[in-house]
Amino acid sequence: MPNSRSESGRSAGAHPAGAARAGGRPYDLAVVGAGPAGLAAAVTAADLGLRVALVDAGARIGGQYYRHPAPELGAARPERLHHGWSAFAGLRERLAAHAGVDHLAGHHVWAAERGPVWRLHTTHGPEAADRTTVEAGAVLLATGAYERQLPFPGWTLPGVVTAGGAQAMLKSGLVLPGRRIVVAGSGPLLLAAASSLVHAGAEVPAVVEATDYLGYAKGLPTLLGNPAKLVEGARHGATLLRHRVRLRRSGAVVEAHGTDRVTAVTVARLDGDWRPVPGTERRIACDAVAVGHGLVPQIELATELGAATRTTPDGAVALAVDAEQRTSLDGLFAAGETCGVGGADLALAEGVLAAYAVAGRPAPRGAVVRRDRRRAFAELMAAAHVPGAGWTGWLTPETDVCRCEEVPVARIREAVEELGAGDARTVKLLTRAGMGWCQGRMCGAAVACLSGGPEGRADSRPLSCPVPLAQLAEPPA
Amino acid sequence: MGRNPIDLVGAEPGPARTVLFDGRPVPALPGQTIAAALWAAGVLAWRTTRDGGRPRGAFCGIGQCFDCLATVNGRPNRRTCLEPAEDGDTVTTQEGHGHAELAI
Repeated sequence: MPNSRSESGRSAGAHPAGAARAGGRPYDLAVVGAGPAGLAAAVTAADLGLRVALVDAGARIGGQYYRHPAPELGAARPERLHHGWSAFAGLRERLAAHAGVDHLAGHHVWAAERGPVWRLHTTHGPEAADRTTVEAGAVLLATGAYERQLPFPGWTLPGVVTAGGAQAMLKSGLVLPGRRIVVAGSGPLLLAAASSLVHAGAEVPAVVEATDYLGYAKGLPTLLGNPAKLVEGARHGATLLRHRVRLRRSGAVVEAHGTDRVTAVTVARLDGDWRPVPGTERRIACDAVAVGHGLVPQIELATELGAATRTTPDGAVALAVDAEQRTSLDGLFAAGETCGVGGADLALAEGVLAAYAVAGRPAPRGAVVRRDRRRAFAELMAAAHVPGAGWTGWLTPETDVCRCEEVPVARIREAVEELGAGDARTVKLLTRAGMGWCQGRMCGAAVACLSGGPEGRADSRPLSCPVPLAQLAEPPA
Repeated sequence: MGRNPIDLVGAEPGPARTVLFDGRPVPALPGQTIAAALWAAGVLAWRTTRDGGRPRGAFCGIGQCFDCLATVNGRPNRRTCLEPAEDGDTVTTQEGHGHAELAI
């Protein structure tokens, strides 16, 4: 059961089926998400004198990027699995010292409601009473992102995990899915994940990246404006070299083999459109695969209310914000990956800017410059890793696309070619792809691509996470 | 350089708890989730799918994919990657939709 234990900051605790307010009045700001963007925003806003509720689904602050072991694990050097840890340590100290921030840990926000004040409905356990409504004058959405997955034959085998998932389980639980782990997909997370895995003792026979990295060359001025990003890339590269990890560009895992768990993968070279080149297949023995094709902003709380979105260069949907991190809805701000995936540095800067905007104060120039440079890099990065349409060339008719509802490629193609479906929504209604537990989070991009419709469309999810019926049935507090 | 995650971060956890997975004792370090304890024990699958009866375990590790569902202390459909492992927890492989024992 999720709990409301709080590692730092004061805990507002669980108000049984009640409302969380600051001293009887709505908070000035409710921040959803305690990753880099949310943490930076919460402490900055508190510095500026605002009363802040920091609402987070995790047991501990940090989000996915600063995810770290539970205190009971007694990790003396958690920073060995991170970089940028000192930034987190600083934020954690500031949060702990701030009486102006109430941290609601283990609280999943399932819906946001507009009105004279904003109301965030949260669930923090399975019982009817495990719900809280947080009231605030403004809301900052800092919910981050999850991974985009492109299916391949065998990707449902145990031992095939997401690259971010492997990293998350390592950072928090100090565990690995196997000893010999192939890392594959596209995007900078692959290098970070592979570095963490080899540091933690795994053997990584190959990092398989679908692009050729040439896309970055088109943005030389942007690269030069972000030397820290170049250093970061070089550092990961050096780690991989030292551990003799082979980086294969323009390649993909086109099949995972095994019966009860993965025992090997087939890797193939890709052409510029991500189409597998026949005759280039090679088998690599492994006992786990960590795979991901970039990140998708998690924004359903805002899109459900009609907030304006934009399509990022890699085809994902992000919230549209102005120079002060305002969304199109009055009183709703966004920072970090929700505005387009760009990494922790960008998220920290945007969190600071959002806090100043909420407080009605002019933004510090340094944070603006940092945000603008990192945002430019984020757009370059997204363009460099945009999935090529040829990836469907590695699918077989039996490959499951929707993991929850077990919908194979053949059923989706039948819906498109014989039943006339032309977009993901129609395919969903005809095949149940995307109608299962995860509500299309894992298969959405693939289904959109196979449907021939655009991927760049905001999903509609009235409830952003599972809620016990007994809690829904409670009258509003 | 540490060659396992525990050594890498210099972790000195307290005594391990014990979780029963399908009747078999599995150690869980304090602070680990059920999914993490199962991975540490080399277990990658603890659910079978509704249609194909195929094995599944943790996929996304962050509560998004729902592939890591199991029955925990009699409650079906618990996301084991979010669920802290407590001493004496009973975890059973979830077959199908997880409500078989409710006969609905």
